[in-house]
Amino acid sequence: MNLQSDDFELFGVARRFTQDRAQLDARWKELQRQAHPDRFASEGAAAQRVAMQWSVRINEAYQRLKDPLARAAYLCELGGAPVRAEDNTSMPTQFLMQQMEWREALDDAHDAQQIDALGLVVKNAERDALAQCAALLDEAHDHAGAAQQVRALMFLARFARSVEQRADQLGQ
Amino acid sequence: MALLQISEPGQSPKPHQRRLAVGIDLGTTHSLVAAVRNGVAECLPDAQGRVLLPSVVRYPQGGGRQIGYDAVPYLQQDAANTIASVKRFMGRGRGDIAAADKLPYALEHGEDLEAHGSAAGMLRIATAQGAKSPVEVSAEILATLRQRAEDSFDDELYGAVITVPAYFDDAQRQATKDAARLAGIDVLRLINEPTAAAIAYGLDNASEGVYAVYDLGGGTFDISILHLAQGVFEVLATGGDSALGGDDYDAALADWVLAQTGTLLANPSDKGAARVAARQCKEALTASETAAFNADLSSASVHFDVKLSDFDAATAPLTARSLAVVRRVLRDARLTPAEIKGVVMVGGATRMPQVQRAVADFFGQQPLTNLNPDEVVALGAAVQANQLAGNAGAEDLLLLDVIPLSLGLETMGGLVERIISRNETIPTAKAQDFTTFKDGQTALAIHVVQGERDLVQDCRSLARFELRGIPPMTAGAARIRVTFTVDADGLLSVNAREQTSGVEARIDVKPSYGLSDEEITRMLQEGFATASEDMRARAVAEARVDAERLLAATASALAADGDLLEPPERANIDLRMRELDSARTGSDAAAIEAAIQALAASTEAFAAERMNRSIHDALAGKRIDTL
Repeated sequence: MNLQSDDFELFGVARRFTQDRAQLDARWKELQRQAHPDRFASEGAAAQRVAMQWSVRINEAYQRLKDPLARAAYLCELGGAPVRAEDNTSMPTQFLMQQMEWREALDDAHDAQQIDALGLVVKNAERDALAQCAALLDEAHDHAGAAQQVRALMFLARFARSVEQRADQLGQ
Repeated sequence: MALLQISEPGQSPKPHQRRLAVGIDLGTTHSLVAAVRNGVAECLPDAQGRVLLPSVVRYPQGGGRQIGYDAVPYLQQDAANTIASVKRFMGRGRGDIAAADKLPYALEHGEDLEAHGSAAGMLRIATAQGAKSPVEVSAEILATLRQRAEDSFDDELYGAVITVPAYFDDAQRQATKDAARLAGIDVLRLINEPTAAAIAYGLDNASEGVYAVYDLGGGTFDISILHLAQGVFEVLATGGDSALGGDDYDAALADWVLAQTGTLLANPSDKGAARVAARQCKEALTASETAAFNADLSSASVHFDVKLSDFDAATAPLTARSLAVVRRVLRDARLTPAEIKGVVMVGGATRMPQVQRAVADFFGQQPLTNLNPDEVVALGAAVQANQLAGNAGAEDLLLLDVIPLSLGLETMGGLVERIISRNETIPTAKAQDFTTFKDGQTALAIHVVQGERDLVQDCRSLARFELRGIPPMTAGAARIRVTFTVDADGLLSVNAREQTSGVEARIDVKPSYGLSDEEITRMLQEGFATASEDMRARAVAEARVDAERLLAATASALAADGDLLEPPERANIDLRMRELDSARTGSDAAAIEAAIQALAASTEAFAAERMNRSIHDALAGKRIDTL
């Protein structure tokens, strides 16, 4: 294991989408207990720097592993099908139509109840897309298919943020 | 754990030979120093038995300084030269200070306003001894506490953990670290005040679960949500207001009384008197329903009886401001008030009954006030300092803190591109690729800002970086990877590398509100609370200690991991060790320093190799254990 190891190797967990969050949390703390710069505060500047590199690397891996969307994107990349969201924006027409309908519904929503209902719809769509990701990555090993799901999830996440912002505006 | 104990007998202190490491709470109103003695953290008193040091520094006409209780009487008598609450000015520009006209002293721009625009550097305070930077004033307070610690233990200070409000931005943290440097203190770590309080509280009560720390100090407000489990203090979210504190309650009370009585303040001494009167009245109101506001002003004497309910009404907007922040932070942590197991109250201002009531109502439970709210931060910092110094028998703690404010870059049209989001666990690093806009372009300007807003003008400017030495290429061909690193102190550093050529771009940093290295060097030369005559003797003594420390560390490192070195490297290190060994017997501090630098440089690669080996072994060992 070294600084170039992938996130799964570093955390000593199987390279798959399905993960036990409690295990990731525990592993993160165990690793930081070993590598955190505080462990080496009395050992000089060079030791501090190396400890910081390890600690940063462990935090980076944890951020990615604990977030299902980031984890799925990372697995696609490791599997040779990077998501490339910035230059691959083509989505199925049906999906885009759905997005537009939701955007309109959000613009028209004027009370907390309507917004909450929309929030629930998006949450369900996210859950379904994540379940598909799990099946494509862990069972079918179809990384290109999973990458398409990840791109859909990124749209959903953006929309979910808009819903939250709208809810905040109404709440104040 | 045993795998990581790479300190050898020569390096780690002998049982009776503990390193003096202290926790310092550099507060707006008061400052404290604490240390672990016989396994228990305690605040260190001065010769008169007082643990609090008022954060007040006077620069009288004709020279000298008065610090702490000695300076307090002059808040009224010599208000224009007696600086209180300097913490509110750390890392701040003249334009950042609201109601500067209510202050008894004059604030100046740090740099020429015409030349530098609105971000004209950290402000200066005009005194009879010239313009003082908030960093210099804070250094006087820190040097006084350092002296107190060294007198208490009759020992040299090894290092200190200094606390800062969790919500302090990069400029405020850097200013605090610079102040410690001026005071000759080695900063082991900057830690956040609520986190320090959680350490003291958690260890005392063996607490596990999710806790909120509500920290209302003299000038700053913080709220942190932490998860405590088996010695790990994990911050889930933090937030605050670095310009909200007990001082604002004083000001609101003074304004209310003056409005009721139709009184006007004529001069600095009136302003000082009104503040002192308001503070005394506020403190009296924690124990009774009414209290007198007594101020002798130049025009008249003001005597007014203030009811607690009037004080509540006059300050309700301030308390509400703090609760709005609490609400946002809970949302960031994705928690509800009911999920919080306990609320720890920190900071003298949490003694106000209306604050305790508001917090109890919000969380639906009585807040925890069993630890002294003035001392708890310094005590927690002392525990952490003891551990960082590697003293035997120290607690086995792990602090996983977060960055309080997002970091971003200015992009086209004055928009902010977010690089590191708030509440990310530190240390953390993010890389961003840039390219050139014109053919043959060899330099690139980067503006780093901190804050949550989308427009650059609504965020705080941290620094401007200029990357130079990019190899000339056609437009868009260069790939410049800029890496932003936030270290365990919460401080940002930036480095850049051109990817195709591997050229390390040079970075010129222009901090928006910081001090340059030259300014700090000049201030160091001017000398601080330590008298200038023994500065030289002290420098030699310190250099010798450093030399001995480094020689012992190197010898034990060679004994443990000498096999990592090739013979020529080994020969070079041996030579540098001999050179340092002979330099340290002399009385030339600069020569000893130079030999230290030379040895440190020659062992740099070796130290990195050793660390990689030990961390690798530790992680691998752990893995075998857990599988």
